[in-house]
Amino acid sequence: MIEAVDIYRKMILIRRFEELLLELFSAGKLSGTTHTYVGQEPVAIAVASHLGPGDCVFSNHRCHGHYIAHTGDIEGLLAEIMGRTGGVCGGRGGSQHLHRGNFYSNGIQGGFMPIVVGMALAEKKRARGNVVVAFIGDGTLGEGAVYEALNMAALWSVPLLVVVENNRYAQSTPITLGVAGSIPDRGRCFGLSVGESDGWDVTGLTARFGTLVAQVRNEGRPHMEVVETYRLNAHSKGDDTRATMEVAAFRARDPVEHWGRGLPPGLRAAVDAEVAGRLAETLAAVEAMPLAQLAEVG
Amino acid sequence: MRVVESLNGALHRMMAADPEVVLIGEDVLDPYGGAFKVSKGLSTAFPGQVITTPISEAGLVGVAVGMSLQGFKPVAEIMFGDFVTLAMDQIINHAAKFPWMFGLAALPLVVRVPMGGYRGYGPTHSQSLEALFMAVPGLTMVALSHLHDPGALLERATLDAGVPILFVENKSLYPVELEEGDMVGGLHRRVLDPRRPYPSVALSAAPDERPDVTLVAYGGLVPMAVRVAAEAMIEDEILVEVVVPAQLRPLPIEDILVSAEASGRVLVIEEGPRVGGWGAHVAADLTERAFGRLKAPVARIGARDVPIPSARQMEAQMLPAAGDVLAGIRDLMGKS
Ligand SMILES: Cc1ncc(C[n+]2csc(CCOP(=O)(O)OP(=O)(O)O)c2C)c(N)n1
Repeated sequence: MIEAVDIYRKMILIRRFEELLLELFSAGKLSGTTHTYVGQEPVAIAVASHLGPGDCVFSNHRCHGHYIAHTGDIEGLLAEIMGRTGGVCGGRGGSQHLHRGNFYSNGIQGGFMPIVVGMALAEKKRARGNVVVAFIGDGTLGEGAVYEALNMAALWSVPLLVVVENNRYAQSTPITLGVAGSIPDRGRCFGLSVGESDGWDVTGLTARFGTLVAQVRNEGRPHMEVVETYRLNAHSKGDDTRATMEVAAFRARDPVEHWGRGLPPGLRAAVDAEVAGRLAETLAAVEAMPLAQLAEVG
Repeated sequence: MRVVESLNGALHRMMAADPEVVLIGEDVLDPYGGAFKVSKGLSTAFPGQVITTPISEAGLVGVAVGMSLQGFKPVAEIMFGDFVTLAMDQIINHAAKFPWMFGLAALPLVVRVPMGGYRGYGPTHSQSLEALFMAVPGLTMVALSHLHDPGALLERATLDAGVPILFVENKSLYPVELEEGDMVGGLHRRVLDPRRPYPSVALSAAPDERPDVTLVAYGGLVPMAVRVAAEAMIEDEILVEVVVPAQLRPLPIEDILVSAEASGRVLVIEEGPRVGGWGAHVAADLTERAFGRLKAPVARIGARDVPIPSARQMEAQMLPAAGDVLAGIRDLMGKS
């Protein structure tokens, strides 16, 4: 069982990493865009803590948290986003397109859903007991490819865990304008097993994904889990049109802050200092790397 | 042997030799065996390697990409090439990007697309959409012909390439007998640069003489090109060299360039629309490289700029015909 302090260390690392990116953007040191995971950290960590080296993860545009939880590789990620030679994809992918080992992400909403079905089908054929996990958002439920994928996943009974992070918004579109009917029913209508969980209940979430990953692994059937969560920051850098009152109410329930308060203050301060130091070192190391060049990556 | 048998035989051989070769498509199970029967017998012989899918073109191409990521060698069958539009996102934003942006060692993937008209299937079942893929770096596009060994091309694409390949099969070629000898329709055949995985073929009226005109054609128009080249020689004594690339992108322009520089006159023909066509790219490339050696602007013949109709006579009016090609050759020679 993962210790409370380790959960905090992971959550605060993701949180501080995202905050660092926003600072670097403000300082004009980053180009492109970034979609931060602030507020949703428990989801990535709960899932990652039950995956083994053979399991696969496919993530979306909001992938930094998933990536860090899965690989711990903040240097490769920061270098990638900063376009340095040490970037995990050599500067070709940037914030949204990552690949390391069995971790992948792509910036096209819903497009990788058939791909994860193919990956899971491959795993089923090889019978190695691996699972494939896909992270999508509520807004992505508008994409047709998602339903082609859910249909095939259920028809072929593949070991796929679909994690729907319902943070209630897609860019500026609230679920009331983007999602008709019930989200869980969209999985159920294809015959998937479906569950719902609470993205603020860190302990419950971690235990729940332990059960789900084991279930998908052992039974080899697809499952869709809808996690209620909320992003505390803008969609990407500064584009936030949500009511200030609403955001403030969720900020008061910040899961990372809440979990941190449950730790002995001295311990928490030590972890905070450790993470701050690690990030400062990583930034210095990455800034010292040469800029990636097209000629070198081909 | 007919083109359809060559492809089917190649799939049988590959699946027998390599359990990681899988075929994914709609209606590919026996006894149906795929809309054009390229997949016939496979599901009976290799039940674990043939996956029939719902009507989900994006889905099935995506599944193929996912299986490829996990080490399989998938061949995805799109029932009619027109439906590849549904899988554009998978091909352009996923398959064609993954090897490069993720730095993958290999992403073997073949998407087979039966394209083309002259059969009266109408506006949504007869198109030649190759030109849409010309602007997709990261994608290789191969078109078979009856001058190539189609099965060998498919085997190379599936087993050796390690990159995503759009494999264009012109429907009108399926029943056509392969041309295997040194002479094809009275023309001498030679394979250009046979070390290449998808080599171009050249057919010459008189191999030792400088050709008058270079006729560039691929896929379903190759039989027409051969007929017209023979006719031009017999009727007009115009020496036509037909150059037939099997690889449409990246374009092996050198193969065309050699003949173009020799003849100085080039006609590019294609079934797809002339506007924004594959031939436009060939013409631009040739012009940039051989302007000073060309005796006339590179000429092009393609489909008229209207959707393709069903009625046979209307379809014939909008697609290139042998008469158009002959007239194009005579034009280039100033003999119209
Ligand atoms: C196919 C596609 N359409 C639109 C976009 C632009 N886009 C990026 S993120 C996003 C919102 C996604 O919402 P959701 O799935 O709920 O995930 P969240 O951002 O809330 O985590 C949109 C519309 C995209 N990346 N891909």
